[in-house]
Amino acid sequence: MHYQGESWGYYMPTSSMPSDTMERVVKLASESAVVIFSLSSCCMCHAVKRLFCGMGVNPTVYELDQDLRGKEMERALMRLLGNSQAVPVVFIGGKLIGSMDRVMASHINGTLVPLLKEAGALWL
Amino acid sequence: MAIYEQFHHISRWGDAFNVDNSPNTGSSTIVPADVRLNNKAEYISCEQVEPSISDQETNKPADKIQRRLAQNREAARKSRLRKKAYVQQLESSRLKLAQLEQELERARQQGIYKSGASGAGGFGLPATVNSGITAFEMEYTHWVEEQNRQICELRTALAAHVTDIELRILVESGLNHYCNLFRMKADAAKADVFYLISGIWRTSAERFFHWIGGFRPSEILNVVVPQIEPLTDQQHLEVCNLRQSSQQAEDALSQGVDKLQQSLAEDVASGLCSGNYRAQMVAAIDKLEGLENFVSQADHLRQQTLQQMVRILTTRQAARGFLAMGEYFHRLRALSSLWAARPRESA
Repeated sequence: MHYQGESWGYYMPTSSMPSDTMERVVKLASESAVVIFSLSSCCMCHAVKRLFCGMGVNPTVYELDQDLRGKEMERALMRLLGNSQAVPVVFIGGKLIGSMDRVMASHINGTLVPLLKEAGALWL
Repeated sequence: MAIYEQFHHISRWGDAFNVDNSPNTGSSTIVPADVRLNNKAEYISCEQVEPSISDQETNKPADKIQRRLAQNREAARKSRLRKKAYVQQLESSRLKLAQLEQELERARQQGIYKSGASGAGGFGLPATVNSGITAFEMEYTHWVEEQNRQICELRTALAAHVTDIELRILVESGLNHYCNLFRMKADAAKADVFYLISGIWRTSAERFFHWIGGFRPSEILNVVVPQIEPLTDQQHLEVCNLRQSSQQAEDALSQGVDKLQQSLAEDVASGLCSGNYRAQMVAAIDKLEGLENFVSQADHLRQQTLQQMVRILTTRQAARGFLAMGEYFHRLRALSSLWAARPRESA
């Protein structure tokens, strides 16, 4: 499984991550066209969900505070993103897009919609 | 009207009227139109203060009347000009006064802000909270001055039809200037996010349109798009996409902030009757940290929208766009001053 991480400028950690947690994240991320990892109390996560719903996309949302292994997954995502905020984080077609700022930037510069169409999350 | 004015000026400026011809008062105030036209030549000659030789020669009463009528008209004209100048001076003084009052109000609000912040010292807020905001205020004043200068430069350049290369430089400067503002605001947000949310540094009309710490991206596009016609088909499509995507992003952030307000209110209001609120305050502080994130994302959206706009447009179109934007905000600021200076019923 490979990520599009390089093209988005994220540092790819090479070790010291419980591989089964990361594998679980990757597995969940590739099971649906649009996957959002979220916390139910996080308002920015709410904003990202509203953004996709507003575009007519139906994302699959995983609320990590309601998952038994949520804490581990949060840590894994923090390392993946290289910042202190794990959520919200968006995957489209199994590829990592990033946090809210990446999502908004790609929507504004016109690259988000083609990605969504390619993943089958949006039809014309 | 002319008759009234002559009467009016005669009663106020009596010196224009000679005493020895008082029996002529009644007839001299009624000026038939044709007499006025005929006296044009005499009216001009009355500008001379010294009596000319011709005045002394023609000592007939009819000529004296004509001369006096002309002098009256001249005095009336000067009186009107003086009155006009006085009224103009009053108007500009009133505008200046309103501006000073606004500045005073802003300074007072800052004073309240400062004393309020130090009052909250119980939470261990460092003294840098104030200095971060005052630094921003000073920088912003300079930012506006530079913005006005850039607007003038753009207007001149577009009217003079300079080369695209020169315009490109101006467009890049314009974009950089906005990026500087976003950087300044990021620093101010670290000092106090509520300052940015309230929009205190902006004028009153601008504050009416305030959205999560600044202008709405859609507001900008509404101002710019009418100014950049004609567009190619490709540009038209891209502009439509930009309008739609920025509106969608705006809506999403707005909904996020609404949710934050709601959960903050819930946190603060939980267990009101029990009296003990430490846990609620901790939860509320967490939510407020989320607010910083929203202001940051909103500024990010503003920057992305401007950058995409520059990408889509030709250099000349982008220059017109930045001119339109700058002029728009300049007018909002002027509107705020005019509004403050408008005549009001005395309390």
